Amino acid sequence: MTTPTIVKPALLSIRNVAKTFGRNVVLRDVSLEIAEGEFLTILGESGSGKTTLLRIIAGFETATSGEVWMGAGRLDQQPPYRRRVNTVFQHYALFPHLNVEQNVGYGLRVAKRPALEITQRVAEALDKVKMTAHATKKPSKISGGQQQRVALARALVNRPKLLLLDEPLSALDANLRRQMQVELKSLQREVGIAFVFVTHDQEEAMVMSDRIALLRSGELEQVATPREIYSRPATAYVAQFIGHTNLLKGEVRSGTVHCGMLSWKTSLPDGTALFSLRPEQLRVANSGGAGVVRVQGRVLQQAFHGATELVRVQCPDGLVLVVRTASGGAVAEQLDLEFSTCDAIPVRESPERN
Amino acid sequence: MFSRAYRAAVTVPPLAWVTVFLLVPYLLMFCYSFWSVSSSQTITHSWDLNNYKDLLEKAVYWQTLLRSMWIAARVMLFSLLLGYPLAYFLSFYAGKRKDLLYQMVIIPLWVSYLVRAYAWKTILGSDGVLNTLLQYIHVTNHPLDFLLYSPFAVVLTLTHIYTPFTILPIYASLEHIPRNLVEASHDLGATPAQTFWKVIFPLSIPGVVAGATFAFVLSLGDFLAPLLLGGPSGIMISNIVVSLFGAAYDWPLGAAISLGMLILVVTLLFLSERLEKKWSFS
Repeated sequence: MTTPTIVKPALLSIRNVAKTFGRNVVLRDVSLEIAEGEFLTILGESGSGKTTLLRIIAGFETATSGEVWMGAGRLDQQPPYRRRVNTVFQHYALFPHLNVEQNVGYGLRVAKRPALEITQRVAEALDKVKMTAHATKKPSKISGGQQQRVALARALVNRPKLLLLDEPLSALDANLRRQMQVELKSLQREVGIAFVFVTHDQEEAMVMSDRIALLRSGELEQVATPREIYSRPATAYVAQFIGHTNLLKGEVRSGTVHCGMLSWKTSLPDGTALFSLRPEQLRVANSGGAGVVRVQGRVLQQAFHGATELVRVQCPDGLVLVVRTASGGAVAEQLDLEFSTCDAIPVRESPERN
Repeated sequence: MFSRAYRAAVTVPPLAWVTVFLLVPYLLMFCYSFWSVSSSQTITHSWDLNNYKDLLEKAVYWQTLLRSMWIAARVMLFSLLLGYPLAYFLSFYAGKRKDLLYQMVIIPLWVSYLVRAYAWKTILGSDGVLNTLLQYIHVTNHPLDFLLYSPFAVVLTLTHIYTPFTILPIYASLEHIPRNLVEASHDLGATPAQTFWKVIFPLSIPGVVAGATFAFVLSLGDFLAPLLLGGPSGIMISNIVVSLFGAAYDWPLGAAISLGMLILVVTLLFLSERLEKKWSFS
């Protein structure tokens, strides 16, 4: 098998970056490449180091070790004001003493662009985020969603090579948030600038990203497309963090997995193994056939999720499985379940870290 | 909501205080400023504007007032020039030593004003520390006499005394600047100098205005520093007021000058408040 050659060189290359604050290890050996025009999401819980990684790229923090490259140049040795990278801050960080227009034009003014060009580019940027009508208002006089748009325009007007977004939607309420997700994604396609988007919201990450880099306790667990990360989680942590899953701990003995009263064929070597089985891969059926594992269980609980329901089923040996069914009201007290063995995805265990 | 007794207990004492110690004295001063002193050294209730005419026409009064304003303006300027960098350093770069350094700014305020004024006297006098040192290292061969009993000494002492009063509001306003604004400015390509002039300084203006007002107003009305260190050329308007109420026994003129000062200061406070409001955004 040949590895596909990368046609576009990576825009940004994070190489073995580590960061410690005193004794506190925030990032350890993170390597990540970001392609031109890509929408990459750094996903992680609070304290996973995602914001620190973003701040290292922006230049507000210095990595304890490792390098950050942009194209053929070291980025991490440049002060933040020399980096062709702009940031949309979590709380927008609009300058309160400047109006919307002056905020957006700030980057161009400090770069001493001609006045005419500034006026034009600011007008263009405001138009792009539909804020032209509010150009002369102070930030305190516009809503959170509008401040968000201004922050975006203020960053994009400088035509950065890379835009960093630090949980930019976290302060918005749910409806506006969904609307902004769509807007942000289409804006990114339109301008073609690579986005590095930081969030703790896995749904947001799934909706918007070309690729997701999942960070846990300062280490990357998996970097993959949303589909891949959902259907082929690399570790137990990834499987649990993204969507719902059943984690099955089994024992492999000479080509067969034994997990409680379940067993199926595998090509894994002997030893303990961990499998992720998505609730939607469990079917309420009793069709049998090759490569299918069947089990019966008692319904414990049923949770309504709109189009689907999640049903918790307890097997006779105590194992509890979560099954996704179409919303159809009450289900029987006893259920026959089955799943294809190929849907039980072997995952690595995620070791405890401090 | 609250009982009558409670409301009375809360409102009457401060109202009484303000009436007895503020309103009545000002009213008395206001009346006095229109009266005059007869040749037999008694106050006559004559009701005219002669005192105010004196204030405007007699050179000694308005010149002293102008000199006082000039001294106060210099104190204000030097306090800002000394205080701003210190407040800026404290707020942005002091790190772990912030609290300690902050206390060191405060500590001089615990020392009596009088002690500090006398301290300058021993430093600046012709046998003082400074002159002795200058002669010892042969910068000069006779004591420099402009050091003490001069406007210079007054400006120096007042600057020393009032600089903490400018540091504190400036420091407070710098502390209120969200640090992500500084990061945003750097992020948008502004150098540290550009960031200072375009973001940090404009957002600290309320503190600068408050600090400048403190330094100016407090210096303008000061009378101890000119008394102890000013000499004849360093006399300020308060010294005149004090002598008018004392030895000269011309309370009406003293009252007129005081009221003139009061109007000046209240106007300044009003303007400074407007300016602070205009530059605050939170």
